[in-house]
Amino acid sequence: MSRVIRVAGPQGSGVDTLAQLLARALLKAGFEARGRREYHSNIMGRHSYLDVAFGAEPPLAFPGKAHAMLALDAESIARHLGGLYKGALLLYPEGIEEEPLAQLPFLDPRPLDALTEQLGEKARIEDVLSAHEKMGVRPMAYAKKGPGRSQNVAALAALFKALGLPAGALLAAIEERFGDRPAALKANQAAFKAVFPEDVRPAPRRGDRVFLTGAQAAALGKVAGGLEVQSYYPISPATDESTYLEARSEAGVNVVQLEDELAAIHFAIGAALGGRRAATATSGPGFSLMAEALGFAGIAEVPLVVTLYMRGGPSTGLPTRNEQGDLLFSLFAGHGEFPRLVLASGDALEAFEDAAWALELAQAYETPVIHLLDKEIASSFQGLSPEALKAPPPRPKKAAPAPTPYPRFAAPFLPVGTAGTYYWITSDEHDAWGHITEDPVLRRQMMEKRAQKLARAAAEIPPERKFALFGEGKKTLVGFGSVKGAAIQAARQAGWRYLHLRLLWPFPAEVRPLLEGGFAVVEENASGQLARLIRQETGLSPRFSVRKYTGRPVFSEELYQALMAGKDAVLTEGV
Amino acid sequence: MNPKDYLSELKPDWCPGCGDFGILNAITRALATLGIPGDRVAAVSGIGCSAKTIHYLAAYGIHSLHGRPLPLAQGLKVARPELTVLALAGDGDALGIGAGHFVAAGRRNVDLTYLIFNNAVYGMTKGQAAPTLPRGAKTKALARPNPQGALDPLMLAYSAGYPFIARGFAFNLKQLAELIRRGIEHPGLALIEVRQPCPTYNDLFTADYYKKHGYDLEAEGYDPRAASPAAFFERVMEPDRVAFGVFWDRPRPALAPATRERAPLKALIEAHAV
Repeated sequence: MSRVIRVAGPQGSGVDTLAQLLARALLKAGFEARGRREYHSNIMGRHSYLDVAFGAEPPLAFPGKAHAMLALDAESIARHLGGLYKGALLLYPEGIEEEPLAQLPFLDPRPLDALTEQLGEKARIEDVLSAHEKMGVRPMAYAKKGPGRSQNVAALAALFKALGLPAGALLAAIEERFGDRPAALKANQAAFKAVFPEDVRPAPRRGDRVFLTGAQAAALGKVAGGLEVQSYYPISPATDESTYLEARSEAGVNVVQLEDELAAIHFAIGAALGGRRAATATSGPGFSLMAEALGFAGIAEVPLVVTLYMRGGPSTGLPTRNEQGDLLFSLFAGHGEFPRLVLASGDALEAFEDAAWALELAQAYETPVIHLLDKEIASSFQGLSPEALKAPPPRPKKAAPAPTPYPRFAAPFLPVGTAGTYYWITSDEHDAWGHITEDPVLRRQMMEKRAQKLARAAAEIPPERKFALFGEGKKTLVGFGSVKGAAIQAARQAGWRYLHLRLLWPFPAEVRPLLEGGFAVVEENASGQLARLIRQETGLSPRFSVRKYTGRPVFSEELYQALMAGKDAVLTEGV
Repeated sequence: MNPKDYLSELKPDWCPGCGDFGILNAITRALATLGIPGDRVAAVSGIGCSAKTIHYLAAYGIHSLHGRPLPLAQGLKVARPELTVLALAGDGDALGIGAGHFVAAGRRNVDLTYLIFNNAVYGMTKGQAAPTLPRGAKTKALARPNPQGALDPLMLAYSAGYPFIARGFAFNLKQLAELIRRGIEHPGLALIEVRQPCPTYNDLFTADYYKKHGYDLEAEGYDPRAASPAAFFERVMEPDRVAFGVFWDRPRPALAPATRERAPLKALIEAHAV
């Protein structure tokens, strides 16, 4: 059973660094660990928090509540009232007890009203601490000492001491994190020493785990899949993937920031037509702008990958919060009819595998492939075995003699610029050479030629890549994407099995027999998009649906309760 | 090489008297002069009459979406730096729906030759005002005088940092072919605005209009490598005459098509070890 430690504080104050130090230290100590992040669309000041789950076995999911919390400010104490388990340690900075709730600058009216209704108009932090205590939480103040950010490390060290976690692992994580900045290293070592004055030796490098965010795993998966060109326009939460590749020039990917998403997708199309493995990464608003070009890539049979990091919509929506609201849009975006494949990953490891696979599929079917990820995957982090991160075997290259001009649309893709021939490509309907046609016979042939790619993909892709079944239960829960961990955990606890879909389009017909005995669906959107898709493709409707659209992910405990209740539910856990 | 070698077997379906014929011929002549074979050339177009040009060239041709030839051409050039890449845009492609790309391309400076087919109207959709049609102009296809002003591509190109800025006339084949040749040889983004008649929808800016008002800029001693910004502006904005030639030619480093060594995947992953 894993435990969860929460680190909370104002954005830009080092809360993210602290949580990563915590997770790295826990990994170094021999635990398995994963973390998740909640943050505002704001550079500095607004509330954010990270949960780090750890245990002897790899934690699957986050239950929702935490077993301990390190609060860096007063607002965190207020925000998380009710979010900690009975017996949880709440470590907070000394001297904030007198602060009135109403004067916290970023505690917005809705949660403030809820708190003052409970604790009175003039409630102070000490009243909130008492309320925590009534729920069985153990508040404990830590001394704010030392210069600047090293106070944070002192607080984390105090947490390690209070929880009895291995100090040597923390020291090793600190030395690794600040090793290239001597002044910061010295200050943070001193902060650590102030809490652990005894002689602590840094834990040795563990070596059998790598620490990755989902966005980094996806980026490395693309490298594994042979990515050569990546275009992007900055957008949360997709940007991390592109900037990671930009920063790691040794990954060998040519990353280009364009002026907008229209340019980003056309740039990637241009590079793909030139024979490079090419992709663009974006989020909902950017993907909306790409819809027209997606159809172009479809009719022009371009091997293109679009990585779509879903976030709360519609419009600007919730830029830094999670939602699975773009499933049907990814399936249907663009006017007219053209084949596309849609994959969805459930965690960092799947993100790695699917990012490589998407590039393979784009080559195999010469059509756009949309890889669905989301904010929850992008910004979560975990320790993974490097053995699990393998490149797919290289595709054999077929070199056939090419006539001039090349009948591209009656023959395999040949990169633009291949010496000795040439051909045309058009966004209009076209003949074998890529010249415009409005001929009804050719139109029908080309429509059918493109459409058969989906039938071919459905037949060729092995079922084990299309979906996975977790658990042995008689009742079946179905989901896709980042609900995976919570769904496996809740299903296991409830005696259900979980059917995890990874290929959403073409929809895997093989799942029908698994659903015929009745099933429930869990998804993070309001209208039940996955349930609609299943109904459309199988004619089967779920017995009940569990949905969440608060911008927070599904947590395992609330999902377990919903499965036990056995009826339609809207989940709400999390701040 | 003969210019005719660069024509595909497809016959153009442009209206008789269309300026596009002149531009097509100038492209083939420039390529023949340089001796670049068709399999080393990729022409990328947008949407409209101008966009069909790529089908009439015996070279790689990509007829993309309205407004988008520039970003696609830049991606292709980065992927295939050895190719001569031509971006062919209509005035609507370049300055209406794709104006953002026009501006960004100047900042980025990828080595392309970029032709804007400027006839001041949207021909394919039957003669609506293009972004280059002056305010108050009433062509025969318009129901009322144009209520919106014109954008000058050369002024905009200067602001955006285009290192090579030229203007040609579709029916001055000799000069236009020479401008395109110089544009291809320029080691960066070369813009050539081509004024052309639309005999069907634009009865104001006709072939005769340009023959009457046009003149050879460089024949008057204008030097695009030495001209001051003030001289550039003066020649671009002349009210009574239309200068044809190279206005600005100041090479600066083009965006390098980075071809990088790739470290083994294992090493990239191990860098994250804890």
